Amino acid sequence: MTPEINGNVEGSFQLIGGNFTNAGEASTQLKMKLFEFGVDDAIIRRAAIATFEAEMNVIIYAAAGQLHYYITPENIKIRVEDMGPGIEDIEQAMQEGYSTAPEWVREMGWGAGMGLPNMKRNSDEFMIESVVGEGTTVHMTINLNE
Amino acid sequence: MKLKEIAKVLDAQFITEAMDADDLDISSACSTDLMSVVLYYHSMNCLLITGLTQPSVIRTAEIACIKCIVFVQGKNPNLQTIELAKEKGIPLLSTPHSMYSVSGRLFQAGLPSSPEK
Repeated sequence: MTPEINGNVEGSFQLIGGNFTNAGEASTQLKMKLFEFGVDDAIIRRAAIATFEAEMNVIIYAAAGQLHYYITPENIKIRVEDMGPGIEDIEQAMQEGYSTAPEWVREMGWGAGMGLPNMKRNSDEFMIESVVGEGTTVHMTINLNE
Repeated sequence: MKLKEIAKVLDAQFITEAMDADDLDISSACSTDLMSVVLYYHSMNCLLITGLTQPSVIRTAEIACIKCIVFVQGKNPNLQTIELAKEKGIPLLSTPHSMYSVSGRLFQAGLPSSPEK
């Protein structure tokens, strides 16, 4: 089924580090938007998971961040940028199971070292940029037509 | 496997009312305390078995399209978690049994694991 998207739709959400109470709200709203547009369930699920993992990373590691989405009839582009500590070794961070999460985050069920690999797995295009001491930006594209 | 049947097998109590417990059909289950594992290995109509009770478990379940959550070892979530689950329409159950025992009982009753790869 072709999604009913007239023109391009964009928006953004502010993310606050440490705010576990509202964690997932941005991803939930994005999920609802894609649902309204009639996007295929499996694609919505991939977009929601990729966005949620990115959102959680900001909440776990950064002071603040922003999630920006841009939806066209062809794809959804998600950019998540944060003011966080940055990632020293991206290649290492992309490995399943590698995590620098503190103990209290792990006790809440996060920090298993699967966030970044899961974002990549659910995206059609994935790019990550990071500067230590400044922050990290993740770019993800998910095609809406299989 | 119907949710009502699952509750019976696990000696579980409903924390939030499930309107369609008789009809809600669960086709697989995932046991974990790691939220990324839920997001990685879940499948459609999946049940989550966990010992974690904070609100982010409900968020994770919603994102991963988890149909129902079973809290093990008699754990009960706080009010915030319960309210969020009600809002999202995700039924919550609490069982006195351990995660191992819960998984074993459901497996024996014919409920398969969510995909392992």
